[in-house]
Amino acid sequence: MSHTLAEKILADKCGKDEVFPGEFINAKVDMVLASELSGVLAVDEFEKIKGARVFDPEKIVFVMDHFTPAKDINSAEIVKRCREFARENGIRFYDVGRAGIQHILLPEQGLVVPGDLIAGADSHTCTYGFLGAFGTGIGSTDAAAAMILGEVWLKVPETIKFIYHGKPPKWVGGKDLILHTIGQIGVDGAMYQAMEFTGEAVVSLGMADRFSMANMAIEAGAMAGVFAADETTRAFVEKRSQREGKYWQSDENAEFAETYEFDTSQMEPFVALPYLPENVKSVSEIAGQEIDQVLIGMCTNGNLEDLRAAAEILKGKKIHPDLRAVIIPGTQKVYLDALNEGLIEIFIEANCSVSTPTCGPCLGGHMGVLAEGERCLSTSNRNFRGRMGHPNSEVYLANPYVAAATALAGHITSPNEVVN
Amino acid sequence: MPQLKKQESQAIRGKAWKFGKNIDTDAIIPARRCNTSDPKELAKYCMEDADKDFVKKMTPGDLIVADSNFGCGSSREVAPLAIKSAGVSAVIAKSFARIFFRNSINIGLPILECPEAVASIQEGDEIDVNTPKGIIRNLTRSESYQAVPFPDFLQQIIDLGGLSAYVETRLATNNGKDDS
Ligand code: SF4
Repeated sequence: MSHTLAEKILADKCGKDEVFPGEFINAKVDMVLASELSGVLAVDEFEKIKGARVFDPEKIVFVMDHFTPAKDINSAEIVKRCREFARENGIRFYDVGRAGIQHILLPEQGLVVPGDLIAGADSHTCTYGFLGAFGTGIGSTDAAAAMILGEVWLKVPETIKFIYHGKPPKWVGGKDLILHTIGQIGVDGAMYQAMEFTGEAVVSLGMADRFSMANMAIEAGAMAGVFAADETTRAFVEKRSQREGKYWQSDENAEFAETYEFDTSQMEPFVALPYLPENVKSVSEIAGQEIDQVLIGMCTNGNLEDLRAAAEILKGKKIHPDLRAVIIPGTQKVYLDALNEGLIEIFIEANCSVSTPTCGPCLGGHMGVLAEGERCLSTSNRNFRGRMGHPNSEVYLANPYVAAATALAGHITSPNEVVN
Repeated sequence: MPQLKKQESQAIRGKAWKFGKNIDTDAIIPARRCNTSDPKELAKYCMEDADKDFVKKMTPGDLIVADSNFGCGSSREVAPLAIKSAGVSAVIAKSFARIFFRNSINIGLPILECPEAVASIQEGDEIDVNTPKGIIRNLTRSESYQAVPFPDFLQQIIDLGGLSAYVETRLATNNGKDDS
């Protein structure tokens, strides 16, 4: 039988020749992931289970990223509990100063390779599809079970295929393609399904653009968002990991639940308006909307390529006096590379605040929380009510070029308006 | 899968509180309240950003009745935990987001998928649920609705008493090595 990429990875992980959509499987995990936010509950559950032992400490990773460096006493306690659990059980543990946002960190550290199954107690675990792995979000009790059994139960998803044609114009990247897609299918458009991204437009994209797309698959309700790993993937992985990986592809006549096709050659950058990632308009339709804060970074756009994009626009300029900009590199390495390339200097000269890696403001934790009535344009992935602070604050989602251009203008604008 | 004795099912009866589509986990429990895993603390802020008076208005036993994609967004298990510890006895929705669905089963928050019930039930209706059978009765309107049954695999986990009990059973029977 013919199968999709997602089905092939899952069949491989449960030791079967083939699996079919709708089938329940117990699949072996290559990595179990938790942050302090989900990890603390996983630890609670783990300790309640009689006879619990970690199945393989090398395949469990805790990353302290949501409320770190600890924003208050409660957060410090949560991190402390995770830290103690990690020490006792010898699992992989990334703490302040060695960490970063988990989804950028794991691939960077070579902990994920093509063909892997990653079960993460974080909904954006779907990100790992950018390098041909199957990453999917689970809960904390699920994570405790996976840490013990080395397995996770899953229902094999149907796959929806998205084909992106043409060559995207300047300023249009992976973030725009995924925003446009979610705008078309809605926040429940791929519920319980896998999204597979194909077509010449995405094949030509770099890893950071693919990253942004897979990262936001959950914003359409998807279980995973996957790309077939190719030579671009191989070059990325070989630099970072000793492990080989498996390079699966969907069969030509594989069965997809649906197929969508988009022409990217005429696209503009897109912006998602409050309070759902599906409220998508092109940047020119929403241009002029005043903004109080710009946030650049977070898991969706916190890679070095994203910071380069922002710096390209901000270089030698100052942001608008009535607006503040917060820039957060994804990991310590991204931070250091940005420093060495002179990007951090560009940001500071432009009057931007640059912070140590953290999820902080993305989930309304710290480092840029919004007051009532404030509007933020952010390169993150969610704009739910109250996501970044007061329930009556607003979040607009866009790519780093648009974010930087907006920071200069003081209102939402196309990058075309601020260059030259 | 090995059989254990079934969980005692508690009576589920109370008033319906209605919510719309795409109620996300930030609306159920915003991250600013998530720097704790203490259920009592979480309960205070349940549904805060969807209806800030919800916890004050409801009485334990009441039900949440919501449209489609309930619980979308984050994987935070504190979302169903906040609902459960606030005293909500069950959530009925047209559909649930995937991770919220898993989490609810894992922590023992009764959830029922039933578009028909959601369409008929009005806010304030008196509702009674028989979870093993998936039968929802609307006492105010003298109607009853059948929820979508859980797949066998999940029903077994529910019957065992949740995922942790399932893991314990696996550990006790075959050292966790075998597929069941
Ligand atoms: S940056 Fe935001 S979306 Fe990404 S993992 Fe952190 S909190 Fe979640």
